[in-house]
Amino acid sequence: MDRFVFLTLDGLSRGAVYAAFALALVLIWRAARVVNFAQGAMAVAAAYVAYSVASATGSYWLGFVVALVAGLALGALVDRAVMRYVDHASPLNPVIVALGLVLLIQAVLGMVYGSEFRPAEVPFSRGAFTVGGFAVLSPYDLFVFGAVAVVVCALAWIFARTAIGLRMRAAAFAPEVSRLLGVNVGGMLTLGWALASGVGALAAMLVIPTELGLHPHAMDLVFVSSFTAAVVGGLDSPPGALVGGLVVGLVLSYVSGYAGSDLTPLAVLVLLLAVLLVRPGGLFAPVAARRV
Amino acid sequence: MSERGDLLMVRDVVAGYGAAPVLHAIDLTVPAGTIAAVVGANGAGKTTLLRTISGVLRPQAGRIQLAGEDLRGVPVERLVQRGMAHVPEGRGVIGELTVDENLRLGGLWRRDRADAARALEEVYQLFEPLARRRRHLGHQLSGGERQMLALGRALVGRPRLLLLDEPSLGLAPRVVARIMALLRQLRDDTGLTVLLVEQNVRSALSVADQGVVMSLGRVVTTAPAADLRDDVDLRHAYLGF
Amino acid sequence: MSATSAATPPQQRATGGAGRPADPRRGSTLLRHLAVAAVAGLLLLGLSYAVEPFRNFQIATVAAYLCATAGLTVLTGLNGQLSLGHGALMATGAYTVALCQNAFYDRGATGGLLLLVSLAAAVVVTVAVGAVVGVAAARLRGPYLAGVTLAVAVVVPALTVTFNGVFNGEQGLSVPVEPPPLALGAYFPYERWQLWIAGAATLLTLLLLANLVRSRYGRTFRAVRDDEVAARLAGIHVARTQVLAFVVSAATAGLGGALLAVLAQSVSPGAFGLTLSLFLLMAVVIGGLGRLAGAVWGAVLLVALPDLSHSVTDQLTLSAAAAQRLEGNLPLAIFGITLVVVMLVAPGGVQGLLSRLGRALLARWRARRS
Repeated sequence: MDRFVFLTLDGLSRGAVYAAFALALVLIWRAARVVNFAQGAMAVAAAYVAYSVASATGSYWLGFVVALVAGLALGALVDRAVMRYVDHASPLNPVIVALGLVLLIQAVLGMVYGSEFRPAEVPFSRGAFTVGGFAVLSPYDLFVFGAVAVVVCALAWIFARTAIGLRMRAAAFAPEVSRLLGVNVGGMLTLGWALASGVGALAAMLVIPTELGLHPHAMDLVFVSSFTAAVVGGLDSPPGALVGGLVVGLVLSYVSGYAGSDLTPLAVLVLLLAVLLVRPGGLFAPVAARRV
Repeated sequence: MSERGDLLMVRDVVAGYGAAPVLHAIDLTVPAGTIAAVVGANGAGKTTLLRTISGVLRPQAGRIQLAGEDLRGVPVERLVQRGMAHVPEGRGVIGELTVDENLRLGGLWRRDRADAARALEEVYQLFEPLARRRRHLGHQLSGGERQMLALGRALVGRPRLLLLDEPSLGLAPRVVARIMALLRQLRDDTGLTVLLVEQNVRSALSVADQGVVMSLGRVVTTAPAADLRDDVDLRHAYLGF
Repeated sequence: MSATSAATPPQQRATGGAGRPADPRRGSTLLRHLAVAAVAGLLLLGLSYAVEPFRNFQIATVAAYLCATAGLTVLTGLNGQLSLGHGALMATGAYTVALCQNAFYDRGATGGLLLLVSLAAAVVVTVAVGAVVGVAAARLRGPYLAGVTLAVAVVVPALTVTFNGVFNGEQGLSVPVEPPPLALGAYFPYERWQLWIAGAATLLTLLLLANLVRSRYGRTFRAVRDDEVAARLAGIHVARTQVLAFVVSAATAGLGGALLAVLAQSVSPGAFGLTLSLFLLMAVVIGGLGRLAGAVWGAVLLVALPDLSHSVTDQLTLSAAAAQRLEGNLPLAIFGITLVVVMLVAPGGVQGLLSRLGRALLARWRARRS
């Protein structure tokens, strides 16, 4: 029983990160109808920047803030310099371009930092509190929950309550009508990419210390898990991405705890296939779903 | 030709999609404070004309002036600031946003936030059904309510020139009559200038001051709307009734 | 211009119909392809004697990659299904060959034909795996399909660690291969023998694919790519066509992977990671989506670019560690940039540019003659 509680809490903590990363995918999908396959590589790049800053200044928090800023900037750059010029007539094209970015970013990181794993710092202890003999959450887990919650609430507030959020939603749903109403659609798209990439960078900062460490490929499997999370929730639904992330986190935690951690990659694949074949629109698909 | 009284002036405009132009040397003048109705058969280029005026489509030749200022190179999203509002065909209500959000979107570009809020309230008073459905999503509205919403959203920006594309499309005659009456009321009360594109020739000419007949991408005739209503030959030749 | 529709520009079809008198070659497609294959085979044979053993090995590697890229061209270029999982399918073929060869070796069985059996087994197993993935893929579109195949590409190499006992984890397996037959002489270079094996298998594959592309099936592939609804209305079973395309390309990927394993005489998961899948995709995009000739360009690039970057790094004076980093990553960076640039500038790829150039030159030549 205590093992179950531990695995559940651990799964929720991992799931929170997947949820954030899936949310970033959903943001870009809603804004640009592009699944950003380069998001993992972009997030790792931001994490490497944080690593450089933190080792130069000795301050984790400075590195943390720089990572978020780098994530925002990288997202805007990718949109302005590359994605804007991709012909979206075939859905293959943006995917292929994103994969080209994956190769490029990972290669540049490999050239600058080498391909060995680098230990990633944590700002709080990862040793779990024990309550009545049960190992429950660590301070770091609480930090993860808090950071993801703050970001989710901030995004929800921006999109639901602010004028810029209204413009972003309008630009995503109806670009031409929005332009006629005076919305700078291109700018909103860039902002969407920047926000999503910033959230992705946050997720990378949170998850990398809990895995093997910094590596150009550190987010490959996280990307697959988060894509699964986004699909579980339906690519169009931000709340779905959050729930999907927690579901994937729990499933992976149980599989790894009860069946062995070697099986988690297989579990992700099976879960992804099962969801897509049973409910292609995701578990939270609206009634009138867009064509998949 | 007096430039001062003309709010919109279109001269020798050529535009289209791809190589073959749809519009050939269009000339059009709309005096301030009047309603002009562009009528013509399917494929005459009416919608393309509106899209070119509002900058969605770039003209290949010719010039377009709003209140004497050339619109060449002005991005679409800046035209609202110059006082032009375009309600596109199929109404352009954003179905995923609520009525209130759709309306607020129409005034977001304005610096004068207080007046934008005032304009919003005026639209709610003008369109009673919208006020009752503030929190409903756009796609939950009926056809007539959507047309009201699209029109109201344009009015929140307090435009000088309103471009209306087929407001009667798919609406009941009673609703069409109401909208036409409203356009006349807005013209008389606020001095709004309207360029109206319509398939529904009768109701369009009934409300318009000036009628413009288009056929195959050219302006065939420009005349006072009352004359067009009475010109049997023209009606037979171009308008089919 | 979309990537896929760029594959067959309409003006090309028009000139193809108008320029030639009623296409007298229609009935002899197979003969023509056989002739081309025979000429290519002879050229390859001559080449295998003309160049040094290391080049032989490189050409053999190109041939192995060509198997996979040609199949992926058929799938992505002609059928419009994007697969990021072909590296994993190559791994399936490679591991099957390794396991078969090891099984034969352990039982003391020898003989030249055993390699053929192993290669055939690799194709069969990959076809089975490809059919499973293909059935799932036929229900998915666009980013969903890309995501699933990406998951396959990431997950399958990890399975070698999960099932350590069979696949020997990160270490991988060795692939014992017979030396060249004694009839060829005692000093026959091993690399030339490798080229013969890989070249023969690849030419056979290309011959079959070329005929498939020109056949009724090829047309249904393209019809489904261009407009699924229209294809369905024309009586084409869309899902079956998509699964067929996936299975065909899986078979070639399996063969390509098997050949790679035979050439390297070992397999390990590191060689078949996500990067390989992305490389394959890059190769077909850069070569020109939907053109088998483009697949050749892609396969050549896959071998030539790392070689090139090796010589570039040799020219620079760098510390050992920096040189290693640069050499490992330079080809990746070049691939990535090329992929992005090609998609933005020339969606028809190298082969598209070449055929455009060729057509322009031909037109000028004709204009001068008339």
